[in-house]
Amino acid sequence: MILSVASGKGGTGKTLVATSLALSLEGQMPVQLLDCDVEEPNAHILLRPQLDSSEPVTAPVPEVDKGTCTYCGLCSEVCAYNAIAVAGRTVIVFRELCHGCGACSYVCPAEAISEVGREVGTIESGRVSGIRFVAGRLNIGEAMAGPVIRALKKLADPRAAVILDASPGTSCPVVETIRGSDFCLLVTEPTPFGLSDLTIAIEVAREINVPCGVVINRDGAGNDGVEHHCAQEGIPVLMRIPFDRRIAEAYCRGETLAAAMPSWQHGFRELFDRVRGLAAVGSVS
Amino acid sequence: MKEIVVLSGKGGTGKTTVLASFAALAENSVLCDCDVDAPNLHLLLAPQAEEAHEFYGLQMAHIDSGACNECGLCVDVCRFEAIDDLRVDPMVCEGCGLCARVCPLDAISMRDTLAGHWYVSNTNYGPLVHARLQAAQENSGKLVMAVRKRARELAQETDTALILSDGPPGIGCPVISSLSGAGLALIVTEPSLSGIHDMERVLGLCRHFSVRPLVCINKYDLSDENSRRIEAHCRDIGVEAVGRIPFDPDVNRAIVLGRPIVETSNGAASREIEALWETIATCPVP
Repeated sequence: MILSVASGKGGTGKTLVATSLALSLEGQMPVQLLDCDVEEPNAHILLRPQLDSSEPVTAPVPEVDKGTCTYCGLCSEVCAYNAIAVAGRTVIVFRELCHGCGACSYVCPAEAISEVGREVGTIESGRVSGIRFVAGRLNIGEAMAGPVIRALKKLADPRAAVILDASPGTSCPVVETIRGSDFCLLVTEPTPFGLSDLTIAIEVAREINVPCGVVINRDGAGNDGVEHHCAQEGIPVLMRIPFDRRIAEAYCRGETLAAAMPSWQHGFRELFDRVRGLAAVGSVS
Repeated sequence: MKEIVVLSGKGGTGKTTVLASFAALAENSVLCDCDVDAPNLHLLLAPQAEEAHEFYGLQMAHIDSGACNECGLCVDVCRFEAIDDLRVDPMVCEGCGLCARVCPLDAISMRDTLAGHWYVSNTNYGPLVHARLQAAQENSGKLVMAVRKRARELAQETDTALILSDGPPGIGCPVISSLSGAGLALIVTEPSLSGIHDMERVLGLCRHFSVRPLVCINKYDLSDENSRRIEAHCRDIGVEAVGRIPFDPDVNRAIVLGRPIVETSNGAASREIEALWETIATCPVP
């Protein structure tokens, strides 16, 4: 079972929900948490895992052999990302722009282009009690989160309850994370900001055929627009976390909800059971 | 021309609340929403759309099944595993065009795809350039560039000396596009361990792109201890901490009303944002 936790709007409580689920399920079943918010990973702050490995993530970039290159310029012509340029007898590779598609080395008539791995981030793994923890971390200054997220998702254990903590937004890193999930929980807050971004996030989930449900965090702190929208769209509201300053203060100290208020663990286990049921229905329909 | 961008690293720290108030407090500015995949600034500024433009991202491969003899070469060369059962998954295709190039029967074409729209709107506070990336589309960085370019043009045309930009969360492609070349970055953080961790990474990004950052702490009273830590950290690395905004339910009330908080409240948060603007407005910007 792969369950992704996303939101659209940032700061609505994705990591709070993802880590609370992991803590509540631990001991009941094998649990793995993958922090896919590789630009700003935070799950380790709330779970404090014992990390035992850190591996680089590399993305292929072209390396041009000046001795063999004929400066024909075909590589530059085929590159859809303007990542390689030929000017006179110089070839410049803009490594940050490269998507690693391999087109340049494939077409090079002189076979002057090889590909080398360039480090774009790291993957850290560890454990906290029964939870297996894996997080990706994009290097500062890197634009593309995709290669790190893809490397991270390859480590998902199909026998475990796998919880993916997504980044905010609704563009490529989020799609990369939730694609292939059995279910996506969308964590939102009951304000026009939360609603606007939730609306887009629901579109994304539908676009990639992942069934979704909503968790309303800070319930009571805004208006009822989110409830209305969910009812209208037929999206189930699966949990409501009340607006409570104590929860925010605990979060500031690095304590997730299920740890600061263990009575919530039962609710998160129920949430997971409902999600599992809905995912089964989703895969049939 | 002064270009000020509000960033945070972590989402939901209050970027848009702060920037919308700046828009209301600034005498004359061009406004810019660089968060193109989850934009919110328009929800506080009541824009009236003046111009709408289509935005085309990367091209997408399309296989003409009638011309295809199922040789499978396209599947073999695609690094993104975007071709399955001789169909291109538009969510996965990164538009590199290698499949179209290798296809021996020329059965694959690269097609332009509409990836979103960008707009110029009128608001009571000045023109607003904003955008909406279509759900699940790539290339938000390129759309951010388009939005900023138009904001700069507008500022030039109207002889406006100030551009105020609301940035996206994170540190990746759209953030880099929002930040590079800006005059000043205001980092809005919160006193949570996550907020601090993410602020440090976005400060690293400011260093990387040589943009001067200032830091302001929102909801500082949720943890006085962490707020002091943030200020001490800023002192250590030579970054100025310029504001402390208290936790105030009026912030959400203003969002529900759809207006900048400095217009709807005289409470503590509103007053602190006014003081913060005084500091920012007089801050020298390259």
